[in-house]
Amino acid sequence: MDPITLLTVVVLAVFVGFEVVSKVSSTLHTPLMSGANAIHGIILIGAILVAGQTTEAGLLVVALIAVVLATANLVGGFVVTDRMLGMFRGRKTTQPTAPTAPAGEGK
Amino acid sequence: MSLLAPEWTAILYLIAAVCFILALKGLSSPRTARRGNLIGAAGAFVAVVTVFLSARLENIPAILVAIAVGSAVAAPIARRVQMTQMPQLVALFNGVGGGAAALVALLELGHNADPWVRVAVVFTMLIGAISFAGSGVTVAKLQELITTRPVIFPGMRWAMTAVLLAAVVAGGFVVATGSGGWAVALLLLGLAAGLLLVLPVGGADVPIVISLLNAFTGLAVAASGIVLDNLLLVVAGTLVGASGTILTRAMASAMGRGVSGIMFGAFRGGSTAGSTTQSNRPVRSSGPEDVAVLLAYAQRVIIVPGYGLAVAQGQHTIAELATTLAARGVEVDFAIHPVAGRMPGHMNVLLAEANVPYESLKEMAEVNPEFKHADVALVVGANDVVNPAAKSSPGSPIYGMPILEVGQARQVIFLKRSMRPGFAGIENELLYDPKTSLLFGDAKDSLTKVLGAVNAL
Repeated sequence: MDPITLLTVVVLAVFVGFEVVSKVSSTLHTPLMSGANAIHGIILIGAILVAGQTTEAGLLVVALIAVVLATANLVGGFVVTDRMLGMFRGRKTTQPTAPTAPAGEGK
Repeated sequence: MSLLAPEWTAILYLIAAVCFILALKGLSSPRTARRGNLIGAAGAFVAVVTVFLSARLENIPAILVAIAVGSAVAAPIARRVQMTQMPQLVALFNGVGGGAAALVALLELGHNADPWVRVAVVFTMLIGAISFAGSGVTVAKLQELITTRPVIFPGMRWAMTAVLLAAVVAGGFVVATGSGGWAVALLLLGLAAGLLLVLPVGGADVPIVISLLNAFTGLAVAASGIVLDNLLLVVAGTLVGASGTILTRAMASAMGRGVSGIMFGAFRGGSTAGSTTQSNRPVRSSGPEDVAVLLAYAQRVIIVPGYGLAVAQGQHTIAELATTLAARGVEVDFAIHPVAGRMPGHMNVLLAEANVPYESLKEMAEVNPEFKHADVALVVGANDVVNPAAKSSPGSPIYGMPILEVGQARQVIFLKRSMRPGFAGIENELLYDPKTSLLFGDAKDSLTKVLGAVNAL
């Protein structure tokens, strides 16, 4: 990758990262941390690329371990964040959705 | 064979990157948070499908099995974990992500002769390993497998310096020679650095360290993107690194701490050590009936829930108590300290789980002026967040942390397991105040008894 392009992308990403979370209430610190945590689980694609390009058995084992770890980070991260946030929203959505539930079953 | 032209791959990765930005944006506001998280998951899904279509990959069946294994392990744990143990789980997921990044960089070392790329390899391995080991320590501390108090041994500072110097040397050799042996040595040094970095951190500061390590893993992932020449990894990792840094600072300031003070305070000498002495001064202990009378005949009650409540799984009982009191005409609010529970926002999650209305959860700035109008402040399983030592004694490890001013209420009731000091290990003067009464016992048992006594009035 051309170093200047890379630098441009990194600097812009830093500013975007700063900006999007700059004014967040402390209530959401935990879910936000958890969500950000899930996002870096995208290292999974790196692990897949490495595992897919190796032919030596020993290295493949290490690469597959990386795939397992990265998947745990990615999948577990999004699931636990969703669960946390579900608790915030659950109460307010139970009332409106309750009457529609039978209609869903009728389909 | 690759099914996708490089242009399409780049566009799909761009879509995934945009999804991640929207996810972080969405997570910053309560109304859009859940949708934001789902957008992030969708972005990750797009990226993973894309990688299979865009590159010539061997071993696809084995990779799919590994992904299935990772999902099968992580998803049920994430779904079933007790909400009180959630901070540990987040730390654990963060650690394995860092470990994955370090392994990816290690394996890529052989494919790269460019010294700059090797620098990125070294950076990824070192930071990934620090994050892996450091997160492991935070999990052990939160799970109370090891002491929550700062672990310091003589010469620790020198050990840390030596490890970091050795890591720089090993990193230099990796860049110069591309040797796998040096790379493994570097990984081990990274693990040692992670241990030494987090062991001296006191229990109450652990959540901030988790957030910091989260940002570290983000940076490791960004560097791995340089190694693999993959722009999506660079963008996603940088986003997490940057937002994680901001979040860490926000959390630290909510606790009145500086990040460097937390990380290196113990090295500078004892400041986070605190006192463990339990004095034998008299306290006023009372029974559930007394507490019930105080609560039921009050005009205004402010409940301060803490980690002890969560541990005892008492959040449903306290919600019921609040409803019962409200039915008797008592005005009840919950005062939520930013770090109540074990993580910022943790207590909000726990009380939301117990169906406490969002409106009665008051943040610290909002509720502090109201304590002087409150008849009773009911502190359940909290200690450090109401400890006046944070304001009055500059030598205290929690000095400077904003606290809930429960001392201004007319009566203060503590439900506590024992006189043992809180997570930060400091005594609380408020417990000896004449207007304070204490009800000892497991938070849930005590609340059940108090609730029964209120109903019997």
